[in-house]
Amino acid sequence: MHHARVPHVAFTSQLRRFTATPEVDSGAATLRGALEDAFAINPRLRGYVLDDQGHLRANVVVFIDGRRSTDRIALADALQPGSRVHVLQALSGG
Amino acid sequence: MNDRAWIATRKGLFELRRRGGGWSIERSSFLGEPVSMVLPPQADDRMLVALNLGHFGVKLHASDDAGANWQEVATPAYPPQPEGAAGPAWKLVQVWSLEAANGNVWAGTLPGGLFRSRDFGRSWQLVDSLWSRPERPEWFGGGYDVPGIHSICTHPTRPAEVLVGISCGGAWVTRDDGESWSVQSSGMRAAYMPPERAGDPNIQDPHHIVRCAGQPDTLWCQHHCGIWRSADDAASWQEITDVPVSSFGFAVAAHPSDAGTAWFVPAQADQQRVPSNGALVVNRTRDGGRHFETLRDGLPASQCYDLIYRHALAVADDARTLLMGSTTGSLWASTDAGDGWTAVSAHLPPIYAVRFG
Repeated sequence: MHHARVPHVAFTSQLRRFTATPEVDSGAATLRGALEDAFAINPRLRGYVLDDQGHLRANVVVFIDGRRSTDRIALADALQPGSRVHVLQALSGG
Repeated sequence: MNDRAWIATRKGLFELRRRGGGWSIERSSFLGEPVSMVLPPQADDRMLVALNLGHFGVKLHASDDAGANWQEVATPAYPPQPEGAAGPAWKLVQVWSLEAANGNVWAGTLPGGLFRSRDFGRSWQLVDSLWSRPERPEWFGGGYDVPGIHSICTHPTRPAEVLVGISCGGAWVTRDDGESWSVQSSGMRAAYMPPERAGDPNIQDPHHIVRCAGQPDTLWCQHHCGIWRSADDAASWQEITDVPVSSFGFAVAAHPSDAGTAWFVPAQADQQRVPSNGALVVNRTRDGGRHFETLRDGLPASQCYDLIYRHALAVADDARTLLMGSTTGSLWASTDAGDGWTAVSAHLPPIYAVRFG
């Protein structure tokens, strides 16, 4: 069970065949902060979601409370208490 | 190793064995995933594969037991891109080539970076001496949006020497273990450039460059605009003319010991990348490119649209066993240096690379 009052991050099940995808309850105020909390649990996960420059991979998409994130570079999209973050594969990638 | 081969495909890695004269698929790994290159087992059974996952990027996996078990290892990564840096984004797009020699593993990548590992893929370092060359921003993509290193020719007796082939950036050579590099494509000509730039060594499109291991001053190049050969370790390149069928193609394989012998698989032309007249053939020269034999026995004679990509023609150490795989997923084998061919499969995924070992 996740805590209802803090942002919660979940990753597509498509990633599980490659690496562990921990679901995290994060106190972070931005998308990047919340992702960093997940990467702290599984460092290998970073390279599946972010590219060499720390940008969101071209064929990965993030939804925050049902809306697609807009900042693929800094990942500065704000999270609210109780935000639901889903990291998914974009169908553009195959 | 003449009786084991590895097929890297759009949808997995396949291990082939030859038993009792015929090749068969022994094992598949990474089924469903794009395998852009494979480094066959070394003497200690260690091997590497490079995956190019559609959503999640490039990943490398290592095996310590010749492909029975795999572990993910480090991915080559570009350093932070300086503001305003010329050229393509400093982001790994694909591992296009993998070679091991003298304790190093070299990885050639899109967008044009060469990486070195001294611990068999556990960590990688960008070869900054090449990446920082002022000529690099002049390179451009050939077949991809960004430039890439597809050929890595180590030297059998000079461990400090490495030649890389770049589409489109010509041939670059280090003779001091990567401390410095020089472009060595003199003699190649690029018909796709304006006339005043056609001979520029830094924008050539060598589709593939291979070295004759036994006579290492000899290099062969299947270029976008024809076939070239060097007999002086890339100091100069001479065009091979009067090539039958077509001089366009991607694949070239060098005889392991005879500097005069090489194999090519022609396609119709740049603008029509299928076999000429629907008939798949192999061109073989045994005299340094002065003459060619066009080998057809056992290959489709009509309605064939298979293209043999740059890494998908290989000759084994015995110099008689060959394999070639196509973008259509067909695989053929020869036991007599290409005189005759036998279909191994017509139903593999699109084939990127074929390697013995």
